[in-house]
Amino acid sequence: MKARRDRTGLAALAPFLWLGLFFLFPFLLVAKLSLSDTALAIPPYTPRLDWSGGIAGLKTFFAALDFETYARLTSDRLYIVAYLSSLKFAAISTGILLLIGYPLAYAMARCAPAARQALLMAMILPFWTSFLIRVYALIGILKPEGLLNTALRAVGLGPLNILNTETAIYIGLVYAYLPFMVLPLYAVLERQQHDLLEAAADLGCTPFEAFWRVTFPLSLPGVAAGALLCFIPMVGEFVIPDLLGGSSTLMLGKTIWTEFFANRDWPAASAVAIVLLFTLVVPIVLYQRQQAKLMEAGR
Amino acid sequence: MTERSRPRLNIGAVRSTFAPWADPAAKPLVRFENVVKRFDGETAVNGVSLDIYQGEFFALLGPSGCGKTTLMRLLAGFETPDSGRITLAGEDLAGKPPHQRPVNMMFQSYALFPHLSVERNIAFGLKQQGMPKDQIADRVTEMLALVRLDGLARRKPHQLSGGQRQRVALARAIAPRPKMLLLDEPLAALDKKLREETQFELMALQQQLGMTFLIVTHDQEEAMVTADRIAVMRSGEIVQIGRPADVYEAPNSRYVADFIGDVNIFEGKAEFADGTTVRMSSPEAPGGFDIVEDDLLDVGSTAWLAVRPEKIEVHLDEPPPGPNRMAGKIEDIGYLGDWTTYLVELESGRTIRAARANAKRFVDRPVDWDDKVWLTFARDAGVVLTQ
Repeated sequence: MKARRDRTGLAALAPFLWLGLFFLFPFLLVAKLSLSDTALAIPPYTPRLDWSGGIAGLKTFFAALDFETYARLTSDRLYIVAYLSSLKFAAISTGILLLIGYPLAYAMARCAPAARQALLMAMILPFWTSFLIRVYALIGILKPEGLLNTALRAVGLGPLNILNTETAIYIGLVYAYLPFMVLPLYAVLERQQHDLLEAAADLGCTPFEAFWRVTFPLSLPGVAAGALLCFIPMVGEFVIPDLLGGSSTLMLGKTIWTEFFANRDWPAASAVAIVLLFTLVVPIVLYQRQQAKLMEAGR
Repeated sequence: MTERSRPRLNIGAVRSTFAPWADPAAKPLVRFENVVKRFDGETAVNGVSLDIYQGEFFALLGPSGCGKTTLMRLLAGFETPDSGRITLAGEDLAGKPPHQRPVNMMFQSYALFPHLSVERNIAFGLKQQGMPKDQIADRVTEMLALVRLDGLARRKPHQLSGGQRQRVALARAIAPRPKMLLLDEPLAALDKKLREETQFELMALQQQLGMTFLIVTHDQEEAMVTADRIAVMRSGEIVQIGRPADVYEAPNSRYVADFIGDVNIFEGKAEFADGTTVRMSSPEAPGGFDIVEDDLLDVGSTAWLAVRPEKIEVHLDEPPPGPNRMAGKIEDIGYLGDWTTYLVELESGRTIRAARANAKRFVDRPVDWDDKVWLTFARDAGVVLTQ
């Protein structure tokens, strides 16, 4: 009995080990980096932890850490603009995703069960192709001599300059994140009891009123889940703005990349990453609570 | 389909002066005329005609799949009849969607809105009618008191017990004061004790409101206790309509006799029928059957005699020979407290059910397993059936 409990204890430890190794440890590295200063060296920062110095060495190490980089972030307009523009892109895309995703999920949930399975499959199918390849395919469609403009020219319409604009970023974000919006919405809508709508009709609701008084409020947990599931990763999105948005767009993901690889300013890149992380803690916690509530309601 | 009325005799133990269906001048509140409804070629409702009167508590009773729920859903507007007409207070309901019909339904699943509190569930229909806020609040308070849920107004449905949810569903359906309340198996989800209490509460509520209630149930006791009249249904058709005592004491077919309560059915041949008495011969009873019955049967035709267990007497001493008498052996005894049920094996091998009310605590000569017994019943204990 005792031995068995011990083994269960080990099993419970596994996720914590995983998180410690692949989340907490890298996080501490990045946090430390963000408190360091740039230096012309390899790796390009100082101080570096040197165990040979003993306690005194550790003391000088910690004394060298400071918040100077963070101060730099607030003073440089570039970072603030990137930060705000990331939030703007994520927020507007989430809004568009809701407008497209809700009717889609609603229609799917109202289909005959056999059709539902097929539509669900169609929703998931794009995941079978690499995300990068799909973004490159979008470039092929949107570029000046791409599929879209060729088709437009064929019907006598002028070329649209979409690639390397904000529009391209929105198209890319909405395209890439649509399944993450539709699936949680579909899950709540599909579970809704049909007799609730009959009860609403019986109590005097037209189908439209029944939607707004019953279906929609009951789907709000799905709306929240879908919105957070899309918003959180979109704030830090790098590939889509980099490949579709061109050089002029400013988003945090791209800023981090530039600081790391172009400017070799590791402390600045780390500080931006830490700020991004703490910005997203609030929506992540909200999402977790929403999920817990959904599980509760599902039982 | 025909209503059997026997003015010579008082049927059942209940005397009721409320009988609008017997008044030819009375106008029905709801009228079904030859209503037919098919689902994918299967006929769910097959040419039903039915009148329900203002203030009635009417029960549709039948086994699952007999079309009783479909009939109710046709009235609520959730289904459209393939042919026939349904009128409510003289107005044809054809083409009217559910939200325009002045009837409310209490769903078997209750269908309470999970995101709304008890009071907002009850207020749902009132808000939809555009009632002013203060009036809604008054009506909700009144409804909560009516179904004894005061103090639970702010709870969400998932915080309530099954019985409380049932009462919220009831309050929500009657709050808009519909012309008629439809109850779809309203008590099916409750346990036995609560169900019995709630049956009487429903009756009291119906009397208090003066509202017409239509209840759909497969539970004959529920229908018998609550309803003024019962329509017994079978495969999409109504086989008998009558007061509970009518369908119990004067069933018009073996199906109804068997569906409502326990019954022993004896097959025999008519020997004599003069409009007051029917005499039958039967292999089960050497002395034949002699029954008070106004049916005029053809001599020699096959007929069935239905006798309820509680109307059969069990004797340990041999009674004098005569009609309505059978001999047998006690095969099994079921003691239920208020009743004792005897299963008696006749000489023919057939098992008959007899029941006795345990009116006294002590019995001089208790009946034992394997005792030889005689069964008798009075001339007016059975019903002669021809179908």
